[in-house]
Amino acid sequence: MENGFITAIYVTAAVLFILSLGGMSNQESAKRSVWYGIVGMGLAVFATLFSASVGNYWIIILMILIGAGAGTYVARRVGMTEMPQLVAALHSFVGLAAVFIGLNSAINPPEGLVGAELTIHEWEIILGVFIGAITFTGSIVAYGKLAGSIDGKPLLLPARHMLNLAGIILCLILGFMYASHMGIWTLIILTLIAFAIGAHLVMAIGGADMPVVVSMLNSYSGWAAAATGFLLGNDLLIVTGALVGSSGAILSYIMCRAMNRNFVSVILGGWGGTSGPAMEIDGEMIATEADGVAAALDAAESVVIVPGYGMAVAQAQSSISELTRRLRAAGKNVRFAIHPVAGRLPGHMNVLLAEAKVPYDIVLEMDEINGDLPETDVVMVVGSNDIVNPAAQDDPNSPIAGMPVLEVWKAKQVFVSKRGQGTGYSGVENPLFFKENTRMFYGDAKASVDTLLQKLS
Amino acid sequence: MPKIGTPKETASGENRVAMTPQSARELQELGFDCLVQSGAGKAARFSDKNYRDAGVTVVKSAAELWKQADIVAKVRPPTAAESKKLRAGQTLISFIYPNENKKLLESAKTANSTIVAMDMVPRISRAQKMDALSSMANIGGYRAVIEAGNAFGRFFTGQITAAGKVPPAKVLVIGAGVAGLAAIGAAQSMGAIVRAFDVRPEVAEQIESMGAEFLFLDFEESGSGDGGYAAPSSPEFREKQLELFRQQAPDVDIVITTALIPGRDAPKLWLEDMVKAMKPGSVIVDLAAERGGNCDLTVKDEKIETPNGVTIIGYTDLASRMAAQSSTLYATNIRHMMTDLTPEKDGKVVHDMDDDVIRGATVTHKKKITFPPPPPKIQAIAAPPPKAPEPTPQELAAKEAETMRKAGIREIGLLAAGGLLMMFIGSYAPASFMQHMIVFALSCFVGFQVIWNVSHALHTPLMAVTNAISGIIIVGALLQVGSSSGIVVVLAAISVLIATINIVGGFMVTRRMLAMFQKS
Repeated sequence: MENGFITAIYVTAAVLFILSLGGMSNQESAKRSVWYGIVGMGLAVFATLFSASVGNYWIIILMILIGAGAGTYVARRVGMTEMPQLVAALHSFVGLAAVFIGLNSAINPPEGLVGAELTIHEWEIILGVFIGAITFTGSIVAYGKLAGSIDGKPLLLPARHMLNLAGIILCLILGFMYASHMGIWTLIILTLIAFAIGAHLVMAIGGADMPVVVSMLNSYSGWAAAATGFLLGNDLLIVTGALVGSSGAILSYIMCRAMNRNFVSVILGGWGGTSGPAMEIDGEMIATEADGVAAALDAAESVVIVPGYGMAVAQAQSSISELTRRLRAAGKNVRFAIHPVAGRLPGHMNVLLAEAKVPYDIVLEMDEINGDLPETDVVMVVGSNDIVNPAAQDDPNSPIAGMPVLEVWKAKQVFVSKRGQGTGYSGVENPLFFKENTRMFYGDAKASVDTLLQKLS
Repeated sequence: MPKIGTPKETASGENRVAMTPQSARELQELGFDCLVQSGAGKAARFSDKNYRDAGVTVVKSAAELWKQADIVAKVRPPTAAESKKLRAGQTLISFIYPNENKKLLESAKTANSTIVAMDMVPRISRAQKMDALSSMANIGGYRAVIEAGNAFGRFFTGQITAAGKVPPAKVLVIGAGVAGLAAIGAAQSMGAIVRAFDVRPEVAEQIESMGAEFLFLDFEESGSGDGGYAAPSSPEFREKQLELFRQQAPDVDIVITTALIPGRDAPKLWLEDMVKAMKPGSVIVDLAAERGGNCDLTVKDEKIETPNGVTIIGYTDLASRMAAQSSTLYATNIRHMMTDLTPEKDGKVVHDMDDDVIRGATVTHKKKITFPPPPPKIQAIAAPPPKAPEPTPQELAAKEAETMRKAGIREIGLLAAGGLLMMFIGSYAPASFMQHMIVFALSCFVGFQVIWNVSHALHTPLMAVTNAISGIIIVGALLQVGSSSGIVVVLAAISVLIATINIVGGFMVTRRMLAMFQKS
């Protein structure tokens, strides 16, 4: 089949992908927009199969069947709380594929390239392999950290910036060597160094910054696809890669702004240095039991629930949903306040709450609900810590100073459901727990909410 | 075990008691034995039997009680007779008003007894649970409205009935401290139209939060003093303020004044001419009567009626008039103070003079008068950040123009730099590459524009869907599978496999997630 037909289908696929992303602007159109993406992908694969250079059909069919089976299995099996890990793992596949395609292109270069075209092609390979390799190992480390198989604490090697810089310079040198035809081994070593850089970069980033890392890796996987598109001269890959790359970049930017963090310092790992001792905290943590919380909830007219990673860990979302249903049935105004960086993935909480069938129109963003908190009778903080830390506003020396937070302490009463007295992911002490109107409700979030449900009248 | 005891209040008309059966139970948990003088709680509706049931020893006489108790908890400052009973090592917890009771401090000092003044508890958040002044002020504010309603001949709520229309009562509250706010709340909930005034502009928000209208005074002066109290105001300000009240006088039905400045006589705010301007049947409740009253005509502890039919209530025992309630709160304040004094809950009093709250409240200790205390280390209320002057519309417009201009310059600069870079690449790179570059640049822009509109809640599905879409890299792998080189085929085949996992997994997970979003 001729080239024009394939190009036409590629254009259609690209448009469908754009529509697919654009449709994510609201919940209802999003359901439709996934189909745009699926149809676009189907068309693209279908059209490519008719391209003249494709052969070995039986291998392709076999691989696609196995891949589809594995993908279906994973997607069915994964729990909503494991979503961050899954997304990270999937990114690594794109990265690895980009590395393989780049190497293939180096082994078997297209014919008829000379002069500038050849040089550009070689640099395209280098770029594609480099980004792909970083995405691959970075995603694997991110997966490990999110799944808990790698320690979430940042690994801060001495002179880590110098190590990264040295790695990049080495890659540049190897790139020049490859571009001057010194053999494919240069490219393979470059790949290995890029693997090391990717792993080291993400190792140095703490668990609290993982939402940014995941969206950043998302962006990288897009750029890797775009670079692959350049080296294959395939516009569909370029378009799609650029779409994904810019989408990931914007998400990372939004995350960073929500945490008041500088993007560069997140990527390079570690908190910025604090400039003085943290403010002393006055008061004591006062614990309470389920009876007290239940009584307060019974008496309250407006309740705001602030979920965090602890809710995800304890799988408490369905109990909370039940609690919400009961309170709403009693005529109370129950809403959810979601901080942009709650959880380990952008929008993490929304997905969990949706899974537990919490209606999405009572799930509000930080800016929407902060103004209402002073008039709220009871705020229940379930497994979140840093995002409700008043030190971000009060203590200029706090490591999280300036980060926008949910001002839950302005509510009449705050209950904090928490496993123990430890600090949050950032390791920062939270003065909220010491406030007069705060009561600590210790215990596993799910167990706590379940006992609470029995006590409610 | 140390004993904590409460005598019957000796002041006439004082119905409160410093220990209730409930607080006695809690004190026993702290490791104290509790004593109470027979009949001490009677006026507050706590019988001796109630106390006995709570494990309290009932003692016949006051003398007996003062002798046995290691700690004496009272409401009113001790009389001269009572202060003679203070002995070495004994602790007295009570309202003291140390400024006016210098003699008492002297005698306690010579007797080597400790006095903790509940009225000297510093106003910091941690000490709120023992802030007895606030507890009493809260009750006073509420009771003031009840007293006013009692003397007022009409409904508070406006009503339209078959027998005619009743206008709502208009209540003016002057001074929005704890008492003022409590009065606003009570009057508001009874259905009156409530207005309130305070010299501290920052309490406007609190007034409005209680549902009252804040009477705004257009004058450049803040009347805020230390510790959340008001400071004296300048003569010009005072004039303005009186003018405002003069306007209000003919209109309002009930005036409740609560204006006090620490350590001074109550400011005169409701002058004789204002009383004269009020409608017959109107009521004034003066909560500052103790300190001379905010109203010119107030008579302390009396309810009077002026010739033009305005009732002026100057009771100073409003809290005592609700003895059951005020005793419960006061006893709880005392119990909290004891909790702080016995950190180990073993009945051993540790008088930690480094603790801001204990230091502030203690007026005599170890043969020394420790009054007045040094200022607390913690600010009662965080100092408001200095406010930048409100920019004028011109300044705002100029500022906006400036930011726009800067953004414009930056944008042009970026575009120019990008253009130069493109030209640089273009002058070396072949045409085919440049075509791809155009596609790439445009796609980036489309991506940026589209993603900004994605709602925050959908970020996770967005990530999953972009992840699935980035599986488009399968196209590259497909093109390479047909290669003649074995290793290329193997690598490409693996790429096809993992890209497929990515595509199928990504899309399915996205669908699963989106299916869960539902409206209520």
